[in-house]
This record gives sequence, structure tokens and C-alpha cells, in this order.
Amino acid sequence: MIRLTALLTLLSTTAMAGEIWVTNEKDDTISVISTETLEVVRTYETGERPRGIIFSKDYSRVYICASDSNAVQVMDPNSGEILHELPSGDDPEQFVLHPNDRHLYIANEDDAITTVVDTETRKVIAQIDVGVEPEGMAVSPDGRIAITTSETTNMAHWIDTETQELFANTLVDSRPRHAEFVKDGTEMWVSSEIGGTLTVFDVATQGEKAKIEFEVQGVHPDRVQPVGFEFTAGDTHAYVALGPSNHVAVVNADTYEVEDYILVGRRVWHMDFNADRSLLFTTNGVSGDVTVIDVAKRTAIKSIKVGRFPWGAAFRPTGS
Amino acid sequence: MGNSSFRHLVLAACASLALAAPAMAETVLRIGYLRVAQPLPPTLSNLDPIPDKNGLAGAETGLADNLTTGKFLGQTYEMTRVDVAEGDDPLAAARDLLAASPYLVLDAAASDLLAIADLPEAAGAMLFNTSAGDLDLRDTACRANLFHTLASDAMRTDALAQVLVKRRWDDLVMITGTHPADISYAQAMRRSLTKFGLSLEAEKEWAFDADMRRTASQEVPLFTQDFGDYDALIIADEVHDFGRYVLYNTWEARPVVGSEGLTAVGWSPVIEQWGAAQLQSRFEEQHQREMTAQDYAAWAALRTLGEALTRTNATDPETLRAYILSDAFELAGFKGRPLTYRDWNGQLRQPIAVAHPRALVAQAPLDGFLHQINELDSLGLDRPESKCEAFQ
Repeated sequence: MIRLTALLTLLSTTAMAGEIWVTNEKDDTISVISTETLEVVRTYETGERPRGIIFSKDYSRVYICASDSNAVQVMDPNSGEILHELPSGDDPEQFVLHPNDRHLYIANEDDAITTVVDTETRKVIAQIDVGVEPEGMAVSPDGRIAITTSETTNMAHWIDTETQELFANTLVDSRPRHAEFVKDGTEMWVSSEIGGTLTVFDVATQGEKAKIEFEVQGVHPDRVQPVGFEFTAGDTHAYVALGPSNHVAVVNADTYEVEDYILVGRRVWHMDFNADRSLLFTTNGVSGDVTVIDVAKRTAIKSIKVGRFPWGAAFRPTGS
Repeated sequence: MGNSSFRHLVLAACASLALAAPAMAETVLRIGYLRVAQPLPPTLSNLDPIPDKNGLAGAETGLADNLTTGKFLGQTYEMTRVDVAEGDDPLAAARDLLAASPYLVLDAAASDLLAIADLPEAAGAMLFNTSAGDLDLRDTACRANLFHTLASDAMRTDALAQVLVKRRWDDLVMITGTHPADISYAQAMRRSLTKFGLSLEAEKEWAFDADMRRTASQEVPLFTQDFGDYDALIIADEVHDFGRYVLYNTWEARPVVGSEGLTAVGWSPVIEQWGAAQLQSRFEEQHQREMTAQDYAAWAALRTLGEALTRTNATDPETLRAYILSDAFELAGFKGRPLTYRDWNGQLRQPIAVAHPRALVAQAPLDGFLHQINELDSLGLDRPESKCEAFQ
């Protein structure tokens, strides 16, 4: 308890106050966790099967993929009230907000389509044919390129956001799940769940630059399945959720070498950091909890019980 | 990134796509689908619908998946379907299909599979068994050109045996039907029980004919009375004739496993984890019914060929066969692990669902059943167990 108090004191002096919003896929709720007290402070109801979650730039709205309601819901994060729904195409799973703070790029898992929605006019402005079971979504920091990964086609599809058309399709290992642009948009990383790898692309050429493999002691390689990942401040390290191996890997983003494995809850899926990226919150689907990782020490410090099958996580500052 | 360099990037990418994508230069993989009708035995219940296009529907979903992927790579797929009625010659139909393509997906009895595999026209071809669980086909009667995407009976009974061990249901009895499929399942079950250190305390044959004056549900309590005490009752009734009437009618209140009750299957509509909900909904939307284990086997055969073409861009069977049997091949099959082929008998390695009609109970291999190379090889014929020599 003394140690916890000391930790909390430390945190409150260094970090901006904030919350981690977690979608609970099989409870149709969002659990809101305080990044200071590390406790669930509120729970909000959502549409059916909430998965992807993302805040607008000014954090005044939160977008939620309500997959089985076939809609993106727009919530007021201060009240938890659903303001309206956006047309999203069928079965929206993951999405990404364009840097213009206006266009959502949404993966429609059942339809092999990426839908682009204007959040202001609430209209679909484009639908782009992609591979089977689109899931991972990313957009470059300059907003010019959007990525959709398709799980059964095993590709990253490169979308020109000006024309809303594909300009490249690159194969990756089996079941790509998540994509991120890093290092000022010069690199694009894709995780392959069944392939067990991360592929690093050079954005200028769309060529493969590196492939990262994982090895967790005592876990069969088949069960080491990279899914969600996020980067520490300055993009120096990637924290990679390894699904049913119940570990998060720490990857050096310069050498592409795995430096550490951290034991977390069961079937770790997605994650987000607190304001200064000193703490990482991972969603653990099967154990129904969120693991808090001390980033500097690379150790798990707490498990927080949330709803059933927590899936997405997104940070929101609440002032200092 | 500057504006001009971005434009350059787009142009370069368009050029590389243009090289790969024109319709004229498309790579085409042709696949034959052959169904040889098998007689259906009579059963006590008329309630079971015979699924429309059982197997073929899965192949069609796999084909659609392949086509979507292929359009980004300048690759396409064509599937030709032939049905052989009961009594007609399956070999003539197989010869016709083999003249057009070395890739055949087969829905036929074991004897027909072997006859087709042994055709001179099938030498060097790749045939996929999606319908026969017979152990022989993966053992002494294996063929180098015959792959199996359907789980063998032994894989299913091994999966169930692992659950019995885990639950400590080790005092076991079995009722077996008289159809050849029942007898073959019972043999596989006895083999699995021995493999996992279990044994049967008693066995009875369900051979009611004209002597049965009452309904099955009235016969079952008496029929099971002399089993005495036991932990679980195994039913070998693969044609689904009498087994359904045994549940909740046994003299002792005991769980029923095997062909009814708790079953071990290659696929089930109750599988939703590992992204399976997506395959289920894609299939149901396309075919307006639930996906069966045979549909799954046919889907996996199509996806195996699709994955091999995607990765090799080759259409000749030598290259695809070598790739499919290599370490590089892996199929994402919605079972939580990559699926690969056993290079000793051509069987698709896969987890097995142990389920009742409403939920998944366990997925084999269960935790604790270790293997020196791959835990999936604790199911079915492992390399030292298989007497298959055709793959060496």
C-alpha cells in the first residue's frame, strides 16, 4: 500500500490527469479507467459489440464502432450520451480518424470494404473495395495515405486519400490485424496474428524493410500472435500485444529487436498509453481485465477488472 | 513527404500494379469439384435436414475469398463442378475434370477416392479429400496425390479422449450402431481410448429391428440398466439413427458423448472465437444455412490452393505441392492457430472443436497434452504412428 501511494504521488506530479476508455465487446459497454487512481470510474452503455474507439482531436466527441449495430456511434464523453450515429457500412470493426479531424476510415469486416465517412455532413464519401475481412486501419501523419489490412487476403492496401483509390497492395504474413505509421510517417508497421510477425514497410517505396519475429519462453510459436501495438514517446519502442501467449513484447524500433516480454492478462489485444506515456493499459479479452504496465520498469503493476471481452482502448486527457 | 515525391510514389505504385494486373496477363488456377453421391441410410428421425450443397457451399465460399484476394494480384480462379449420380461411373467424370486441371476437390466415399487417386490421369495431380474420415486413407492406404482437409475420425476421437481424461471420466461404456460408419467410428474410439490410457468397461450393440415394440426412448432406460455405474456413455452412431434418443433416457444420469451429446467435430456453427464469427456470417449470408464440417473441409481445400497461388504465383502442381508441404505454408483457418499439412500423410493439421449443439466446450489439443514438436500432432496419426509411405 505504501508503494502504491508512493507511485500515485509520483504519477500525480508528473502526468496530466486522464482516462483510458475501454470497449467491452461482449457487454456492450465502455469502462472508463482513471489513469491516476487506476480504477474504473464510470461505465457507459453503447450499441452492440463495441470494438474500435477513437476521440476527436479536441476530445469533445468519442467515436465507437458498434459492430453488430452496423453503426459508428458518436458519444459526448462528458455525459456518456450518444449524440448520433454515423453511417458506417456493415460490421464496422476498426477505424482511424484522418488528421483533418473530419474523415473516418472504417474497416467493414463482413463486406471487404473500407468506408470513408465525413463526420460533419454524416455522409459516406467513398467506399473502397479491399481484401476479405478488412481490419487494421492507419493513416499517415500528413494525411495522404490510409492503410487497410485484410485478414484473409493477407495484405496491406494503400489508399490515396485524395482520390480514395488503392495505389498499392502489399502481401504480409497470415491474418494482418493492426497497422501504424511511425517515425514521421516514413515507416508503416503491420502485425500478422497467425503469421506471428510484424512487417515494417518503407513508406516511400512500399517495400518491406524488416520483419520482426517473437519467441516467448514456454509458449508454442503458434500461440504467439501479435495483434495491437503502440509506440512510446519518440517512437523508440513498440509495445506489441501477443494475443493468447498472454505477453506484451517490447521491440526496439531502431534495431527491430525484441528486448523484453511482459506477462499480462489472457488474450491481450489492444492498448493505449496515459498522457506522458509512462503507463500502458492493455485490454485482455479472455480474462476480462486491463493490465497496467509501468513503461520505464517494463513490468505489470496492476490488473483492473472491466467488462466482458475488453477490446479497444483510447486515452483522453481530463486536465491536470 | 513533399507533394511531388508523393505524386512520384503514386505513379510508381500504379506502374507496378499495371504490370501485375492487366486482365490479359492474369494467372488462372482451375479447380475441379467432384461429388459422387452416396446412399443415405434410413434413420428413425426424419427431422435432420440434408444440407443443400453440403461441402460444395464451403468450396464456393473459399472460391469467393480467393477471387477477392486474387484481384489485387492479377490472379483468378475457376471452379468446375460435376455431380455423379448413384450408380454412375465416378472415374469417367474424374478423368474429364483431370483433363482440364490437376486440382480436384472430392466429395466421395473412401473407395472412390482411392480409385480416382489411382487413375493414370491423376499421377502428379493434387486431390483433396473433404468427405472421408477413414483412418486407412491416412495410413496404409495413403496416396501421394491425396490430401485430407477433413479431420480424420482418429483426430476427432483423440480430441474427445483428451476431454475424457481432463474431466477424469475414465469409467466408460459404449453403444455402437450397426452401420459401417458406426463400426468404423467405434474402432477409432477404442484406438483413442487406448492411446490416452482409458478403456471401456462395457460395450453394447444397438441392433433393434422388428423386436423393438416400443419407441426408442422407452427402450433406452432398460437397455442401459445393465451398464451399472459409469462416468460417461459413448455413442457410436455416425448416421445419427438412434443416438439422439439416448440422451436423458439412460438408467443412470450420465453425460453422453461421441456421435451425440458432446461431439468432437472439425467445424461447428457454435465456433465464434478466433475470428470464426466472420467466416460463419460470410458463409450464412452466401448460403442461407449454417456451415458444416464438410463445408469447412472444402473451404480449407480452396483456401489452401489460394494461399499457395498467392505466395508462389505458380500454377503447376509440383510447385504448389512442394510449397503446401513446406514450412513456409500456413493457413489462417479461424481455429486460433496456423493450419499446416502433415508431410507424412497429407492430413491438414488442425484443432478440433469439442462441442454440444449450443456451445463450444473445449478445443483440442487441450492444455497439458504435450508433444515434442507440435501439440496438434497429439490428434490423429502422428509421424511414428502412420504407416503411410507414399509421402516419403
